[in-house]
Amino acid sequence: MIALRDVTKRFGAIVALDSVSLDVPPGATHVLLGSSGSGKSTVLRLILGLTAADAGTVAVDGVVVDAGSRDRLVARMGYVVQDGGLYPHLTALDNVTLAAGAQGWARGRIDARVAELATMAGLDAATLARYPRELSGGQRQRVGLMRALMLDPPVLLLDEPLGALDPIVRAELQDQLGHLFATLAKTVVLVTHDIREAARLGRTITLMTAGRVVQHGTFADLVERPAGPFVTQFLTAQTLATPAAPAR
Amino acid sequence: MRAAAFAVALLAALLPTGASADGVIRVGSKSFTESYILAEVVAQVIEQVGEARAERRVGLGGTGLTQRALRSGAIDVYPEYTGTLARVILKDPALRTVESLRERLEPTGLTISASLGFANTYALAVRADQAERLGLRTVGDLARHPELRAAFSSGFLERDDGWPGLRARYGLGLARVEVMEHAVTYRAIASGQVDVMDVFSTDGQLERLRLRLLEDDRRFFPDYSAVLLARREMTERFPRTWARLREALEGRLDAARMARLNAMADLDGRSVPEVAAAFLAGATPAAGAAGRGRALLGELAELTGDHLLLVLISVGAAVVLGIPMGVVAARYRRAGQLGLSVIAMLQTVPALALLMFMIPLFGIGKGPALVALSLYALLPIARNTYAGMMAIEPTLLEIAWVLRLGRLRRLLRVELPLSAIAIMAGVKTAAVTTVGTATLAAFIGGGGYGTLIVRGLALDDTATILAGAAPAALMALGFHALFELLDRAVIPRGLRS
Repeated sequence: MIALRDVTKRFGAIVALDSVSLDVPPGATHVLLGSSGSGKSTVLRLILGLTAADAGTVAVDGVVVDAGSRDRLVARMGYVVQDGGLYPHLTALDNVTLAAGAQGWARGRIDARVAELATMAGLDAATLARYPRELSGGQRQRVGLMRALMLDPPVLLLDEPLGALDPIVRAELQDQLGHLFATLAKTVVLVTHDIREAARLGRTITLMTAGRVVQHGTFADLVERPAGPFVTQFLTAQTLATPAAPAR
Repeated sequence: MRAAAFAVALLAALLPTGASADGVIRVGSKSFTESYILAEVVAQVIEQVGEARAERRVGLGGTGLTQRALRSGAIDVYPEYTGTLARVILKDPALRTVESLRERLEPTGLTISASLGFANTYALAVRADQAERLGLRTVGDLARHPELRAAFSSGFLERDDGWPGLRARYGLGLARVEVMEHAVTYRAIASGQVDVMDVFSTDGQLERLRLRLLEDDRRFFPDYSAVLLARREMTERFPRTWARLREALEGRLDAARMARLNAMADLDGRSVPEVAAAFLAGATPAAGAAGRGRALLGELAELTGDHLLLVLISVGAAVVLGIPMGVVAARYRRAGQLGLSVIAMLQTVPALALLMFMIPLFGIGKGPALVALSLYALLPIARNTYAGMMAIEPTLLEIAWVLRLGRLRRLLRVELPLSAIAIMAGVKTAAVTTVGTATLAAFIGGGGYGTLIVRGLALDDTATILAGAAPAALMALGFHALFELLDRAVIPRGLRS
């Protein structure tokens, strides 16, 4: 359970988040939707403890994220960024096993976990032996996901994970992610600007703009009961080519 | 920074600098031909007596350097001149006799021999044939020939004990007085474009160019008699050697003889050991050019080892200190910037001056040279480490925290490898420039290729200078090539293009 209460975050004169409140129920996938600059990535960074709120509180499983608790709380989280955020000087495999090594896992345990994740991500050993720059965008993203899941954290935070991929690979990975999230039963928070990705992956969606929450609900709620003209405008702007037009 | 100071001190402590070892007499010299020759004669006499081993620490710049070296025990004995002792060292021009000088040196733990027989003073020289024709014998005779043209070195032209004083004492008025470098004046006087020049009385060129010295009959020029200046403690520890040195040298060298020895080294291309041996044998050496070539090759091999040692140790120390400094600077920005500024400031001190500053702290020889070279190599390495660390994408560092790598693992597995290209570039710069800078170590007795350069400069011998400079350039190229290979080993494959 992740909860934000009246969170405000400023970067100098810019207000990134303006009194945002948000509840992410456990064990489900929640999508933060919005165009760039809407503040959705800042929400992820606040949950991770990478940045601190100017006002309001962020809590994970009832524990407020602050300087004292963040080191403990981050152990429950996996983090995936756009294009994987892989270390270029390490092979895919070394990227994946880095955290387990730091935790002192035995070789056998690491190997078993890697095998499990590789099957799930659909990557073979030869691919894992490569360096990030030798991989395709989709492969890098899968390696990033494996790395985030290595220690089996209950919370998975993804910041535009598919943002750097071309449309066909993107659609394919969306399906695989949807399947994966359903089987993993983790609390997932996914940040995207892509309305179709949100529809496909999110059980609940929070639409944000300019640091404020516009509407919170299912995709159907957004389509059928828009909280205002902005919601409809945002949805139609991206879905012109698809039949997901608002019902009349 | 405390760790850095400690490491520097440790480095210095590991290297022999002061006079402590038994059975060794350290012989110093200044960096001009006559001083080299006299020091070599002293060293050879020490070896003949066999009471002590001789260690040569020659080519030590000027008087300030030899004095500090002598007082710190880095050298035990070197050739000096009475005029310099009185005016520069004891700062009392009234001290004229060897006895009065010895008395004044007594409380400082130093002593001097009697005069070696010649004085290396300022003098005026004219062409011998012209002197004959015009009847020039003394400086005073110049007053009768105001039409003569003179060319003086800038020092002589300005010093009170040079031209201004001389002119006043003798009431001279010459038609034309020009400033000219000695090397040029020799040619000018030989070809008759100039008639009078200032020289040192033991100048090796005098005989060769058929110049005659004008007698200073009114005793204007101070006496610069050559003597051996030594630590008394050494003369007491090795009495037989000291007695033999005085016997072999005191009064044995007149100005003409010294000038001939200088000419052998300066003009005939004889090596300094050959010249010294010839003096002690009372003969002219017959060793041919082939023998000299072989000796030079052997010396070059030794100097190459020396030079490599200087570069490897100082760059090694700079790596050990510089990388952590760069890391700390990247972690603690403000303190780090301050630290880097201090190192950058050190870099602005001319290398030679930095070497000189090391002498009161660490004496002479390899120790202070290594400390100075390490300080010099520090900046490119620390600076590049800092720059490499600062250039790492912030997201990658945040991910390291999310992955809970811990500080040390993050540093070793993420930050340093990601900075590897920048760090290696810094080490490469440091190594290549240190090969060049290390040639200056010879000025404070640190050895290496600079030994040949300093000697070549003193003997005005381009071939000897090149014999030191060319291998240094080759070594710099070698280091550059080596680092291209080392890059492959150190820079992770995923970062190479």
